[in-house]
Amino acid sequence: MSADFTAAEMMAVAAARLLPDGAVCFVGIGLPGTAANLARITHAPALVLIYESGPIGAKPGVLPLSIGDGELSLTADTVVPTPEIFRYWLQGGRIDIGFLGAAQIDRFANINTTVIGDYRRPKVRLPGAGGAPEIAAMAGRTLITLRHARRAFVERLDFVTTVGFLEGGDARRRLGLPGAGPTHVVTDLCILEPDPDTKELVVTSIHPGVSRERICEATGWPVRFAPAPAITAPPTAEELEALRDLERRTARAHGDNGGGNA
Amino acid sequence: MAEITGLAEAVSGLVRDGMSLALEGFTHLIPHAAGHEIIRQGRRDLTVVRMTPDLVYDQLIGMGCVRRLVFSWGGNPGVGSLHRFRDAVENGWPHPLELEERSHADLANAYVAGASGLPFAVLRGYRGSDLPKYGDHIRFLRCPFTGEELAAVRSVRPDVAIIHAQKADRRGNVLLWGIVGAQKEAVLAARHSIVTVEEIVDDLGAWPNACLLPHWVVTAVCPVPGGAHPSYAQGYYRRDNRFYRAWDAISRDRERFRAWMEEHVLGTEDFAGYLRSAGLALPPESDR
Repeated sequence: MSADFTAAEMMAVAAARLLPDGAVCFVGIGLPGTAANLARITHAPALVLIYESGPIGAKPGVLPLSIGDGELSLTADTVVPTPEIFRYWLQGGRIDIGFLGAAQIDRFANINTTVIGDYRRPKVRLPGAGGAPEIAAMAGRTLITLRHARRAFVERLDFVTTVGFLEGGDARRRLGLPGAGPTHVVTDLCILEPDPDTKELVVTSIHPGVSRERICEATGWPVRFAPAPAITAPPTAEELEALRDLERRTARAHGDNGGGNA
Repeated sequence: MAEITGLAEAVSGLVRDGMSLALEGFTHLIPHAAGHEIIRQGRRDLTVVRMTPDLVYDQLIGMGCVRRLVFSWGGNPGVGSLHRFRDAVENGWPHPLELEERSHADLANAYVAGASGLPFAVLRGYRGSDLPKYGDHIRFLRCPFTGEELAAVRSVRPDVAIIHAQKADRRGNVLLWGIVGAQKEAVLAARHSIVTVEEIVDDLGAWPNACLLPHWVVTAVCPVPGGAHPSYAQGYYRRDNRFYRAWDAISRDRERFRAWMEEHVLGTEDFAGYLRSAGLALPPESDR
């Protein structure tokens, strides 16, 4: 095993592995773009990437800084108007996997991207919902990726922008949302999956070199671990080379310290 | 019937204080030059609508033009916050900003409803989200056929829609291609429209279904080469990602922001003058 990789690289690789070849993936803004494209150029060449700005089947050679860069439309199978993306392609039930980032997440994988503090007088105004509420409701299932930190993994969200499992149990099912909801949360420390019954996120795989204590410290609630969590397989040489090559090309294309969606 | 005219004339003729405007564009073809002209002409109390407010809305808000923002995602993509937007919401500077907050699916549908002459749109959305608790523009209703609970969202019908496109012909037929966002819907939802274009040509040379807007639904067409900078116009220039990054520092501080806007936007006659003043160039597409 090589320890010669960063936590961010482990996160991108672990998330990419969860995208099966041939799936149709709605790529949210931020970190998901890196993992989705890594999957496409490694094990999942037939992965269909859909971006909310309109590109369907995008195959970018460099990571876009925004979600509507020219690289996406020039490499897509087709580009449709944004209303059509949300009406025909997402609401129409054509998305297998919604892939989202998050500012804050709670133990039932609900997401806040709206405000920290009170809505009317926020301490921090975040960008807002974007496409996430309907992606998380409509996609067959959802993957979430974000960095693991105490201010991100919180006991209680100030605002529920996007529904995971609400208060857990069968709350999501009772709400009647078409999609199955989050199946994995991939961080730079571990992978969490919802408990089949309670829907509380449980650590099921720990990235190499990461201690349980570190995960507990970086989580704002008493996080549970599976009885025998796996150790995430470290990135292979091929995965690392593909990721680094993608990031090198991206930095060159953006003309400076660009890190794609970082 | 489209009138081919200068941007300053189009803005002074169509945009009044207190109006609602939609300057649409999803990363691509964002009508920055038109936003600057609204700032130069000192319009106030505007309601501005956009799915993805970015730098030009940050500038309109920071310069005190905006009373109300209707939006679904407000940030500097891949860079971080819109500091003027945040300062207005968090601290009421330069004055408080009313928010009408939606999701992308909502706002996209609301434009479609506006373009369709309907008072609201129906979508499968918002269930379980806190967003419907804030503002009266999101309600729920039962489908009369299946009984399913669906979201009803008030349609968007701006006074003026403003977009940027690659080309128009001399009659004002508008061609845009690549990522087309919700521009067609915004124009058809609005009472009037201004379309800035990279160039005016004799013949669009395009398939019939590529012409996005026939001349008779457009109020004014204004040639403004480079008018989407720092966003991009496919076929003409790339997105100026460096400027998106630079904006983070320019906009973080109130005084620096004001000084920058006064020097480069208020202190110049038009968009070409602004680009020269700020030392900005359109990144060529070949430069990859």
